[in-house]
Amino acid sequence: MEKRLALGIDIGSTTVKFLLRRDRKILYQCYERHFSHVREKVLEQLNKVERLAGCEEMQVAISGSAGLGIAEAVGVPFVQEVFATAQFIKKEIPQTDCVVELGGEDAKIIFLRGGIDERMNGTCAGGTGAFLDQMAVLLNISVDEMDVLSLSSTKKYPIASRCGVFAKTDIQPLINQGARKEDIAASIYQAVVNQTIAGLAQGRKIEGTVVFLGGPLYYNKGLQKAFQETLKLDDAHAVFPDFAQYAVALGASQYAESAGGAFTAAQLTEKVQHASVHQFSTPLKPLFASEAEYAAFAERHSRFAAPRGDLKTYRGRVYLGIDCGSTTTKLVLLGEDKQILYSYYAANQGDPVAIIKEQLELLYEQLGEDTQVAGSAVTGYGEELIRNAFSVDQGVVETMAHYKAASYFKPEVDFILDIGGQDIKCFSIKNHAIDSIMLNEACSSGCGSFLATFANAMGLSVEEFAKKGLFAKAPSDLGSRCTVFMNSSVKQAQKEGAKVEDISAGLSVSVVKNALYKVIRVSDPDALGDCVIVQGGTFHNDAVLRAFEMELGKEVVRPDIAGLMGAFGAALYAMDVKHCSLMPKEELEHFTYHAKPVTCQGCENHCRLTVNQFSNGKRFIAGNRCEKALGQKKADEDAPNLHQWKRDYFKSLTAGENRRGRIGLPMALGMFEFYPLWHALFTALGFEVVSSGMSSRRIYEKGQFTIPSDTACYPAKIMHGHIMKLMEEGVDAIFAPCMTYNIDEKASRNHYNCPVVAYYSELLHGNVEELRNYRFLYPYIDINNRKALADRLYDCLQPHFPSVKKTEVRAAVKAGFAAYDSYTAAVKAQGEAALAWAKAHDRRVLILAGRPYHVDPEIGHGIDTLAASLGFVVVSEDSVCHLAQVPQVHVLNQWTYHARLYRAAAFAASRKKVELVQLVSFGCGVDAITTDETRRILEENGKIYTQIKIDEITNMGAVRIRLRSLIGALEEKHE
Amino acid sequence: MSDYYIPFTKEMKKTHTILTPNMLPIHFRLLMKVLQEYGYHADLLETSGPHIRETGLKYVHNDACYPAILVIGQFIDAIESGKYDPHKVALIYFQTGGGCRASNYISLLRKALERAGYGYVPVISFSLLGLEKHPGFKLPLRAMQKIVYAILYGDLILHLKNQVDPYEIEKGSAARLADELSDILIRRLDEDGVSIRKLKDNMRYIRDAFAKIEVQPRDCIQVGIVGEIYVKFSPLGNNRLAEFLVNEGAEVTLAGLLDFFLYCTLNNVIEINRYGSGRVKRPVMNLLYKILCRVKRLMISIIEETGRFRPFAPFENTVANAQEIIDLHCKMGEGWLLPAEMLELYHLGVKNIVCTQPFGCLPNHICGKGMMKPLKDRYPDMNIVAIDYDPGVTQVNLENRLKLMLANSAAGRSA
Repeated sequence: MEKRLALGIDIGSTTVKFLLRRDRKILYQCYERHFSHVREKVLEQLNKVERLAGCEEMQVAISGSAGLGIAEAVGVPFVQEVFATAQFIKKEIPQTDCVVELGGEDAKIIFLRGGIDERMNGTCAGGTGAFLDQMAVLLNISVDEMDVLSLSSTKKYPIASRCGVFAKTDIQPLINQGARKEDIAASIYQAVVNQTIAGLAQGRKIEGTVVFLGGPLYYNKGLQKAFQETLKLDDAHAVFPDFAQYAVALGASQYAESAGGAFTAAQLTEKVQHASVHQFSTPLKPLFASEAEYAAFAERHSRFAAPRGDLKTYRGRVYLGIDCGSTTTKLVLLGEDKQILYSYYAANQGDPVAIIKEQLELLYEQLGEDTQVAGSAVTGYGEELIRNAFSVDQGVVETMAHYKAASYFKPEVDFILDIGGQDIKCFSIKNHAIDSIMLNEACSSGCGSFLATFANAMGLSVEEFAKKGLFAKAPSDLGSRCTVFMNSSVKQAQKEGAKVEDISAGLSVSVVKNALYKVIRVSDPDALGDCVIVQGGTFHNDAVLRAFEMELGKEVVRPDIAGLMGAFGAALYAMDVKHCSLMPKEELEHFTYHAKPVTCQGCENHCRLTVNQFSNGKRFIAGNRCEKALGQKKADEDAPNLHQWKRDYFKSLTAGENRRGRIGLPMALGMFEFYPLWHALFTALGFEVVSSGMSSRRIYEKGQFTIPSDTACYPAKIMHGHIMKLMEEGVDAIFAPCMTYNIDEKASRNHYNCPVVAYYSELLHGNVEELRNYRFLYPYIDINNRKALADRLYDCLQPHFPSVKKTEVRAAVKAGFAAYDSYTAAVKAQGEAALAWAKAHDRRVLILAGRPYHVDPEIGHGIDTLAASLGFVVVSEDSVCHLAQVPQVHVLNQWTYHARLYRAAAFAASRKKVELVQLVSFGCGVDAITTDETRRILEENGKIYTQIKIDEITNMGAVRIRLRSLIGALEEKHE
Repeated sequence: MSDYYIPFTKEMKKTHTILTPNMLPIHFRLLMKVLQEYGYHADLLETSGPHIRETGLKYVHNDACYPAILVIGQFIDAIESGKYDPHKVALIYFQTGGGCRASNYISLLRKALERAGYGYVPVISFSLLGLEKHPGFKLPLRAMQKIVYAILYGDLILHLKNQVDPYEIEKGSAARLADELSDILIRRLDEDGVSIRKLKDNMRYIRDAFAKIEVQPRDCIQVGIVGEIYVKFSPLGNNRLAEFLVNEGAEVTLAGLLDFFLYCTLNNVIEINRYGSGRVKRPVMNLLYKILCRVKRLMISIIEETGRFRPFAPFENTVANAQEIIDLHCKMGEGWLLPAEMLELYHLGVKNIVCTQPFGCLPNHICGKGMMKPLKDRYPDMNIVAIDYDPGVTQVNLENRLKLMLANSAAGRSA
């Protein structure tokens, strides 16, 4: 008997896949983007199916993340997509050990051997097909071009693998620094691979025969290559089947054969047409009730316009302002009366140098005989690159440029909110000086490029997309969080049948909420002050502007040059220039440049650099943390840097004689506090102490396959690599104690460690398989009870090293504490000496405050070196906290490290020329509590609070801007 | 606690309404009753909806734990609802202390109140150890005993309801009975005092009432829920997780609230033994631990009498389970209790487990997600899915993951 027709429908987040077959014969298959018109797309495809199947009954099943709603509404059996795939592959390629499937927004790994295990990415999605689309947009090439380019790469840059949003923040500076697109493309694929492995394998090894599925893995050869290389698979074991993008649909059709519903195509069409998709969430209020309301709104905002002039008829001096932003490049040319003669705003298409060259040529052509450029200034991410390339007179810190521009429109401005392509910047102004700066950290959600990506996904331009939102009747409530969460919110809204205009309006509201509650953290709109100026390209979008006013409950000012404010401010600065050195016309004609990637060997940071060589002989090196690579302006060698001092101190502790064996100490988390103690203790016991040393990206990668919880902080995740390194060294035992309590410094109500620092070894023991056959010693100890400590250590060591005696351990504990005490005393003495040095040399002191492990160059990303090169004397929180009283805090002060932080803040608050910058590791839950308190302690005393969020990868460009803004604000305040 | 707080005075006892967040609907209704009996005006907040989350996000650091955002949002939302005079309300929140950041909920709540302009509202932190002094809030020993009874009743009702829910012939009858029983028990908590005999009678009454509900055999997937205490229990926190699972054809099992109290008590005992502090506390905690273990065994024996329902495991088993996989000194958040509960479920034959936690939950990196691999290595047929909750969580994402877990379990059974 002939088999029945089976139809598998896979409705993903971005695409619809149909697969019709009879037994093994595939009669029809399609893979198409649905641009969120799911129902229409399904109907269109059903129509095609009907032409083939006629009125024959088919067995039908639906799968896919966006298929659930339709399946329920239509009454067709639903099969979970990972499950469907697993069942299909088991039958089709029985020797498979593991399946890796990447979809539009999901990533999955299925282990088929030794206990079936199926995993999907957690709530932190991204890094997949939609992410690749986003990246291609960023590089201004097609996905196919990106693939081709990647195959001829020569090097890879580290790109955050946690989620798409972070990766984007890493890639942008690379583009701006002029890195080769080939290399960026390959790096993007590598990031996807790393994320898949780190996020999903969770300690389980991907080996044996691995089948790769899903659209992105089918279409992108570069991605295939990256997976194959990283997993070290030969061609026989890496399977890229030709049905890769239809695997889920095939799985669904297989499921349909046994458990599907029987329908004719006509019946299905009829059902889909009439299905009512259940409405879950309540829509938001429309942005505008009527056209008239919008007209009044538009009229009100048209009042803030900058004066214009005509370049053709203008004679006299002109001033050029350039804002080389993360995704866009802006130019403003001012006349002597500050009138705008020329302006330019466009995406930098990954090559800002070329764009500015073209613009300058254009400008020179239009300038009359008796008109000359009398001053030029540049600001933004690409400031240094452009300044070096074209000999621009002045580089202006972004924040200062924006304030200058804002105060032109409203001298009494209290608050500036700038939402650009990649970043949100806000500053409040007090006494005509920037008082506090807030930037979105390591997360670019809620920004311009975010809206652009969604607009593209729906097949619309940003303008069309925004316009649609203005009169949406029922804007979708999409929440306010990261883009990745937003993606699934949109998915949900689509499932509930939201229209494009509702999603557009809803996204505008999300952008605003994200800025207000996540970046600015405002609860009371009045706290922003009376005069709020909004700017940045995103505010040209009336829907966003309206949503902002609605959320704030007050009217704000949007200058008509909202997108040009940085360039406008820079041009205003350019008016102060005395002698203009901007590259003249003749030179510009011969201007060429090329970029070359190199790795700096200047210090242990081993920065990956991009050397831009310009035809005028100038070079610009991007990507470095310090000025070393430039071969100029070295950080003041004599200026104290406590972070460096600590690293040197740890290095100076050399190993003793090996009488009992070699013991490995992983340099991560709590070891940064107690290394001197354990070092002395084990040396006294006759062990040769082997430290795993300071971290590096390579150390992290050694252990990344064994990380079970990807959302833990980087300082914890890097622990896996240190353990691996020690095992490679072949030490006899690894010691990493669990400590509920830290040292009691009598400065807080309790003296806990955070849960991660306290118990991470327990996790290591459970998840690093190699440790099970290793002497991994992680006793639960109390550091504050020396007798109990000695007993506990004896119990822990004795079974492995039977010659160890209790009296010896007691003596060793004593020696350990002596070493620890002299270390902490030295830290304090160094702190005081640094303060004295700063005073004698009239230098600013920066307390780079965080946890002891933030001095690690990989975790701290060398921010201390950067701060030192900017002229700060750098001290750590524990080197100065003894100089202040315990401040009153409004939270439970119960962690030792955090108690130091509060005291360090109190110290900064009480001293002139001492500033505090708080380093916060992404994912640190405790810092959600400490940051607000630290801010309060500083701000109550008129100090500026600066927070720098750090993760696996940190955008050093943004850090530099922050520190320079801080210096700028301090100087302005001082004046 | 933080260094400043508004105490709940004796006068306030007469004038103020104490608002309580709702974590476990049945339990908390009974607990309210105990407070009312001792002269407090207590009100349980049973509100839900997205505005609670939004209010929370407005006043709490957005990276703080999701439960803090919800609970604080619910409080402020209630104060602003117009139902209460803000000057005549106090808030109560249960607090365990410890190295997890959850110990800061009270501080975060006070800061949020301050920001919202209600800094004068007293916040009572209620804990086993009485971390703060509130002259107007004192409960005699007898009241504490009743609190334990309320928890026992709540645990039993929930446990039996979960065993009947998916099999009931008349939809909703188990839920209705649970409501009726809590009304009856609210009265009896008052009338019966703290008599052990009455306690036993009442537990038998609950058991027999559930046994009377008409059921039909059905092939259900056994699913256990473990995790961070708030998102594990609160329907507001976990987007009605239990309800969803039952609708998908699962029978849900949850360990009771009493276990969490046992866990906290045993941690105190261990702490004293290890670190040697609090000599006065030692016998008290030891005794309390023994009593709580005993009442749990009592409840178990009463369930076992008829053989109709699956009993709980004795807490001693839970502790032994924990020791198989983790050190008992790992005690922040749900600590060792979490893997212990997973093992307990497994040994009961419940091999499908949902491990719930707020996004970025620090202790669960270690005790939840960090224990899955060692557990699965030992018991390869364990089917665990970790679900993270945060303010941006969407139902479609949650459901897809849960459906995968359910599909896998169905495959395991048919294989």
